[in-house]
Amino acid sequence: MNSTGQAMLALARRDLRAALRRWGELGLPLMFFVIVVTLFPLGLAPERDLLGSIGPGVLWVAALLASLLALEGLFRSDMEDGSMEQLILSPQPLVLLALVKALTHWALTGLPLVVLTPLVAQAFYLPANATWVLMLALLLATPTLSLIGAVAAALTASLRRGAGILGILVLPLALPLLVFGARATDLAVQGQSATGPLYLLAALLVLAITLAPLAIAAALRISVD
Amino acid sequence: MWIWFHKLGSPPHFYRTAGRLVPWFGIPALLLLVAGTVGGLAIAPPDYQQGDGFRIIYVHVPSAYISMFGYVAMAVAAAVGLIWRMKVAFAFAAACAPVGAAFTFLALATGSIWGKPMWGVWWDWDGRMTSVLVLFFLYVGVMALRSAFDDASKGDRAAALLAIVGVVNIPIIKFSVDWWNTLHQPATIAKLSAPSITMDMLVWLLAMVVGYTLFFAAVVTMRLRGEVLLRERGARWIRELNAHA
Repeated sequence: MNSTGQAMLALARRDLRAALRRWGELGLPLMFFVIVVTLFPLGLAPERDLLGSIGPGVLWVAALLASLLALEGLFRSDMEDGSMEQLILSPQPLVLLALVKALTHWALTGLPLVVLTPLVAQAFYLPANATWVLMLALLLATPTLSLIGAVAAALTASLRRGAGILGILVLPLALPLLVFGARATDLAVQGQSATGPLYLLAALLVLAITLAPLAIAAALRISVD
Repeated sequence: MWIWFHKLGSPPHFYRTAGRLVPWFGIPALLLLVAGTVGGLAIAPPDYQQGDGFRIIYVHVPSAYISMFGYVAMAVAAAVGLIWRMKVAFAFAAACAPVGAAFTFLALATGSIWGKPMWGVWWDWDGRMTSVLVLFFLYVGVMALRSAFDDASKGDRAAALLAIVGVVNIPIIKFSVDWWNTLHQPATIAKLSAPSITMDMLVWLLAMVVGYTLFFAAVVTMRLRGEVLLRERGARWIRELNAHA
């Protein structure tokens, strides 16, 4: 294995290990997701028809907000203890390291969200086939979200009060994900084929994987400077 | 050949040149806007379907066009600033953002006013409207990000990068009416074949479009002079400027 591959693997293992040693922080966005989703049936009249029709949208918005919550700490500790300087100075291409960091972040925040979905979908009486489509759509959309979010997190990494601005930067760019994701789920709930929006989500993922790391690396260089 | 480019990057030289340019943009802009307004509101024939209601096109289309033109201008300036570390380019990007955001808001507002009588709704969540709304949010994000940094040059570069990332939205706006066949009508003017609008309506619209562009240029140039003064405050050439005045 070449040294770039080794470096990427080492970075991923380090990030995973550091995150897994702080369970509490990791679980926070997930709990937030679950709580936001439970608020809706309680706030509205718990009728099956109503919940079934708003469910897909609510689940998508909650997933978007939960991932926003998790973004804040993405580069914060690396910036504070100086590891970010070392990553930038290392002979490995920063673009690939940025990709690793974003994907590791997805594995820690996006993936558990997907796993948790079938449970939460029950709160909205989503039919079984729609739950599968919802999971597939989230599986395609959450990595894109992590990549877009990493761009914004990298831009605001050196700000002390970056949390508020993060939402303004991420949510407009994440809008297509919400549109196509909710569309796919909606189509599945109505018993129609959801392949169109799913393909579009996959296309957005490919686009984000190719372009976002470039922006993340450039933003990290600005932030560290 | 590159001398003009380097000269452009020097704030004192730029400040003087920009000051001389303002009337060259402003006066034709004023003439064209007056001509376009009179022509569009009084001379152009009413639409066979929409009657006089279509006349808001003379505000809506130019401002929608400027909202995108302004964003692209801002992103290009941002890229120039990042690549060549040119201070004036960052100042230009900073001057563009509020003006572009204002025109985006105007495009959304006039579109909404036009939509109410023609479609029966103020707003419809179709591709064109949603993507222009995202454009507005992007302008706001770029401005918010720049002002969030204490270090001005860092804020400039961060905002510049965000502006470049946001360019992905521009083709979406342009093609949204072709991709999603919804309430908003497809392009009438910017087509490779003949435009689907009659000549005596089109002339005034073109006058308005050119007038809006020159107006945009004049306002941005004026803002840019202020921006350069603000950024160079304390520099010797400004003290000399004040001594002469």
